[in-house]
Amino acid sequence: MIHSSLSQLGAALRAKKISSVELTQSYLDRIAQLNPQLNAYITLNPETSLAQARAADARIAAGKAEALTGIPFAQKDIFCAKGWLTTCGSKMLHNFVSPYDAHVISQFNNAGAVNLGKTNMDEFAMGSSNETSHYGPVKNPWDTARVPGGSSGGTAAAVAARLCAAATGTDTGGSIRQPAALCGISGLKPTYGVVSRYGMIAFASSLDQAGPMARSAEDLALMLNVMAGFDERDSTSLQRDKEDYARDLNKPLNGLRIGLPKEFFAEGLSGDVAQAIEAAISEYKKLGATIVPISLPNSKLSVPVYYVLAPAEASSNLSRFDGVRYGYRAPQYDDLADMYEKSRAQGFGAEVKRRIMIGTYVLSHGYYDAYYLQAQKIRRLIAQDFTEAYKQCDVIMGPTSPSTAFKLGEKGDDPVQMYLSDIYTIAVNLAGLPGMSIPCGFGANNMPVGLQIIGNYFDEARMLNVAHQFQLATDWHSRAPQL
Amino acid sequence: MSLSLADVEKVARLARLAMNEQEIQAAQTQLNSIFGLIAEMQAVDTTGIAPMSHAQDLAQRLRQDVVTETNQREAFQAIAPQVEQGLYLVPQVIE
Repeated sequence: MIHSSLSQLGAALRAKKISSVELTQSYLDRIAQLNPQLNAYITLNPETSLAQARAADARIAAGKAEALTGIPFAQKDIFCAKGWLTTCGSKMLHNFVSPYDAHVISQFNNAGAVNLGKTNMDEFAMGSSNETSHYGPVKNPWDTARVPGGSSGGTAAAVAARLCAAATGTDTGGSIRQPAALCGISGLKPTYGVVSRYGMIAFASSLDQAGPMARSAEDLALMLNVMAGFDERDSTSLQRDKEDYARDLNKPLNGLRIGLPKEFFAEGLSGDVAQAIEAAISEYKKLGATIVPISLPNSKLSVPVYYVLAPAEASSNLSRFDGVRYGYRAPQYDDLADMYEKSRAQGFGAEVKRRIMIGTYVLSHGYYDAYYLQAQKIRRLIAQDFTEAYKQCDVIMGPTSPSTAFKLGEKGDDPVQMYLSDIYTIAVNLAGLPGMSIPCGFGANNMPVGLQIIGNYFDEARMLNVAHQFQLATDWHSRAPQL
Repeated sequence: MSLSLADVEKVARLARLAMNEQEIQAAQTQLNSIFGLIAEMQAVDTTGIAPMSHAQDLAQRLRQDVVTETNQREAFQAIAPQVEQGLYLVPQVIE
């Protein structure tokens, strides 16, 4: 069962070939066996998971099952889930048992899905290797000496190692796509505003977006059907008609125009990754697509722009963690200011503090125009590059990450080197576009390579079609690590 | 440009982060290396470009001015570091 797709699992559950309790227990057993070496989960609650499974079995017996009823999913620990410890990878929230459900969690609960556990992540989603987690780094299931990527590294490792049927992630600068690429799975960041951010712990609010991570594009479509939709509790949630994201999966790709930005194939891209991407593009030509050379001239500025805007928003969002109403409070302090300063100094890790300080500085008196405003102006130039490009093509493709998974500790001392590992993903968040990564081969040391597919606004169904057709013609997505 | 030790100290104070001398020095080196990366932005001519604050050009949605939240004081205070008689306790701020 562990290699079955979501639609196969759903069918087996509805045909009563297996119960949700049996399926959930088999995943819990596998987690107990393999999680100690991978550290993909922060929190497990087997009794709660099994209670949800029993309720799902009753719902199936009553003939009221939906597509995902009874299927066990893992949830990134950035989503508040009522009664579950929700840490966001931080010591600051080491004792935070959420009193409410995030919208995404409610959507899975309403669909009758089972919550298997909360997955490990970079602290407050700030990182590209999962090494900033207070709960220890996640190991890549393809080589446990290497990182899984981040920030949704626990989710990516859990999906790749078959420690859940599929799971959720969030993406502020590449945090779904880069770990999906490094762990050899599929991941989709929807258009900004498609999935509600209610109850998703905020990092950079104008960029944060939740999305599904799974083993195939078909699975992603079924999950997005559950996750997407208007929610009045998120002021940026978009009011749009309900979509079936699986509707176009089986369309042929004849006439599809694929834009290849020259900037994504320039200096800095590893040879092994380039080779796998070129092979994937050749496959798309066989499937009937045509290639259009394009340019995204301002995309090279996306890393500096992001490292002004995201920390600025983070410094504001993280000001709520003050040791007063919930979370960590320092054991000893002199007065109120000292309590704030010590609680925050002890509760936040080094990378989070670094970004709070960058954000505080760029927003401080005298520097706002030079940094924050200038970054917002270049953000528009970056978004306009995409608008121009989509006049000539339907989707844009390129590498998700400049290299395959690097070794644990390899980039730990140098924040700038770490930041540059998101060079191909960040522009998509700045523009608010949907982006995804699918497995397209293996590079040096037999580590997975991800192909990035960037769509125009609200073009998720087409992107999933483009990914699904590739997955019908290739088997990269069904390769599993030996554990 | 680069940040002095005094700049870093000021930022740490504004951000309410207690830092000792050693931490301030380490932060100075790292922040300056990050601002070296950010400096690439300054060479771009952005005359006449409107700042983009958000991914969607939409106006804020409005709603009726009615109470939408239910009272969950007990659930919220159950996870607080220190409460007494329904109040959050902090060190005394007014003499």
